[in-house]
Amino acid sequence: MLEHMYFPHDISTFGPQIDWLFELIFWIVMVVWIAVMVAMVIFMIRYRARPGRKAEYIEGNTRLEIVWTTATAVILVVLAFMSRSTWADIKEHGPPGDVFYQVTAKQFNWEITYPGPDGKFGTKDDVTVENEMHVPVNKVVRIDLTSKDVIHSFFVPNMRLKQDAVPGRIIHVWFEAKETGQYPIPCAELCGFGHSGMLGNLTVQSQEDFDKWVKDQYSQSK
Amino acid sequence: MSTAAVAAHGAHAEHHELGFIRTYIFSTDHKMIGRQFLFMALFMMAIGGLMAMLMRWELAFPETAVPGFHWVPEPFMYDGAIPPNTYNAMFTMHATIMIFFVVMPILVGCFGNFLIPLMIGARDMAFPKLNMLSFWVGAVAGVIMLSSFFVTGGPAAAGWTSYAPLSAVPLYTGVDWGQDLWCISLIVLGASSLMGSINYITTIINMRTKGMYFFRLPLVIWSLFITAILLLLALPVLTTALALLLFDRMGGTHFFLPAGGGEPLLWQHLFWFFGHPEVYIMILPGMGIASELIATFSRKPIFGYRAMAYAMVAIAFLSWIVWGHHMFQSGMDPALGSSFMITTMIIGVPSAIKTFNWLGTLYKGNIHYTAAMLNGLSFVAMFVIGGLSGVWMACTPVDMYIHDTYFIVAHIHYVLFGGSLFAVFGGITYWYPKMFGRMMNETLGKIHFWITFVAFNCTFFPMHILGMAGHMRRIYNPQQYDFLKPIIPINEFISISAFILGAAQFIFLANLIYSAFKGAKATDNPWHANTLDWTTPSPPPHGNWPGPVPVVYRGPYEYSSPEVAEDYLPQSQLLEHTTAAAD
Repeated sequence: MLEHMYFPHDISTFGPQIDWLFELIFWIVMVVWIAVMVAMVIFMIRYRARPGRKAEYIEGNTRLEIVWTTATAVILVVLAFMSRSTWADIKEHGPPGDVFYQVTAKQFNWEITYPGPDGKFGTKDDVTVENEMHVPVNKVVRIDLTSKDVIHSFFVPNMRLKQDAVPGRIIHVWFEAKETGQYPIPCAELCGFGHSGMLGNLTVQSQEDFDKWVKDQYSQSK
Repeated sequence: MSTAAVAAHGAHAEHHELGFIRTYIFSTDHKMIGRQFLFMALFMMAIGGLMAMLMRWELAFPETAVPGFHWVPEPFMYDGAIPPNTYNAMFTMHATIMIFFVVMPILVGCFGNFLIPLMIGARDMAFPKLNMLSFWVGAVAGVIMLSSFFVTGGPAAAGWTSYAPLSAVPLYTGVDWGQDLWCISLIVLGASSLMGSINYITTIINMRTKGMYFFRLPLVIWSLFITAILLLLALPVLTTALALLLFDRMGGTHFFLPAGGGEPLLWQHLFWFFGHPEVYIMILPGMGIASELIATFSRKPIFGYRAMAYAMVAIAFLSWIVWGHHMFQSGMDPALGSSFMITTMIIGVPSAIKTFNWLGTLYKGNIHYTAAMLNGLSFVAMFVIGGLSGVWMACTPVDMYIHDTYFIVAHIHYVLFGGSLFAVFGGITYWYPKMFGRMMNETLGKIHFWITFVAFNCTFFPMHILGMAGHMRRIYNPQQYDFLKPIIPINEFISISAFILGAAQFIFLANLIYSAFKGAKATDNPWHANTLDWTTPSPPPHGNWPGPVPVVYRGPYEYSSPEVAEDYLPQSQLLEHTTAAAD
């Protein structure tokens, strides 16, 4: 259904859970909205003013108040608890990482640092490129996200992923891409006059292509 | 009532002639101050609206010259084309002006001032001079805010939320004095609002007429009372945050700057701790106005009066513990996000109670479709959409995707324009005869309503779709992104609808001016309403009632009561068998 509503094609492992919640809320909201609107329009037509008629003197109905208060509260609290586990999976814990990156936002680019063959950051073989992020498909990618200046937001629409990059903090982000291809990484938080157009490029590749790309980077940087 | 007693009351109300300045400029009469707030807000609305029109031009036809704007000097515009920094300044000033200088002054300043004494049966506010000061301090704040358009670097451009560090270091935005003036203006405005809120609270607690118990107050007074309490408690937090931001900008402190050990998220916590009650400050009076309109024009008691009042109290309490839902993706501990998700879901409950009770009020009514009522009904329908779209945002995983997209822009405009502004249009139409002594033109009112209603929905409903496509907020040129190319036609459609929406407001303005001179003379109670404001001439004299202040015998919504033949029963009307109940 969501493809028909302009949703970007999802390529992440947690995306389907988010889309499922979106659709669930969509149907709940539609049922409530249509019920309210139908009732409102029927009342508006049926009880329009006619000469000589008097409205019925009704001050309220305690039983109805209790019913609609309880019903709304139950639906909303259940929804909150249903969302809770998905949220915890995405932002609180998550699977152990296969590939590691540091992403540092700055006005108006994403700096992406690869740890190099030794797998450690802060060593000589680190490679930093701007805006080009290459990741292997079907691997858990873990990112240490931070910012050099103002707040930015790391947004991958095709993964439903968004996380602010805050100066002075390192925030852990993870994702796992299921499909190869090229995907945008716009900045979603106002970060200055160059905010519009701050755009990275995520390339999801097969493991072989990814290894080859990594190799090329090191031969270039030598 | 003897003639002597009437004369004594007349003297008590100091009904002597005041000069032009004391009557129209430095007036202490709450009715004049209310009108002053109205005119200030309408003037600011024109500026805020113009910003919106320019933004919509940029979003539909990016980087092309705006027709008729070639005269604007560089660097604000280049031969009519809007550069990114100007665009950022426009959405910042649009939101700031609309929130602080339009919606708040009309709902709280205008309706609060005009209605509270008239509806509770008081001759004026508790502190008339403080009231006058409140308006003039607010006007100074407005002048400071507008002056920031004329300083080097232009006005503030860090969004109305002014997230630090972007707002805290001039280098990051290129805006220097503009942001400082923004802070100073809002600190000054905070003082104005504090004076107003203390006055409202004192007046409502102490100056109700005989028989006007709390549970006989009209719901609009309940809403203004609760709003005043929220203002009193929320604004000092904003003032504090703004002062810290100013210190960071001008005094070399590092409250929000990590380089010196500061914390950017501190700004967000302070801002939204104020900001979320603020959201309800802007919608509660709208709910109150809608309740008056719907009960009066359905000719029925409001359904569940006490439930309506308690729901507003519940909203006021809950509004203090939901601020974190603005910060789900900010880096705040995600476990805390879950707690805020639950409180946010729960605040949906009192909003739903109110909606169902408005529907209950229509049920078996005798509904009169005046222009005021159409706006009141539209408030309910639009508030439902704005409330329901909030469920997606409250759900933290879904919010991860739609946060900072046009889905949010759609939501706030459904609540603030679809909600608050329709209530404002309805409220002005309804109380216009009391304010100006003449009726507004119904035909013009209905034409304005229908064009606004259709154009509003064509403008803001498609923004949900933009958000679902991933369209970020606050971007200057959506065509810079390949993934947003398929929705260019939607952006163009929205902009054309927005231009129609903007143009339609001139009908309202024309009606406002035309009716002040040519409208039909208003009777004391043209809508056959029950509340005390309709028991005095239109417009009311200085001191509000020419005779003694009316005494109240019953609640405000006794429409179609079986006790009388007419379909209304004013709060102050004495019936044989209700004499005892008054004491």
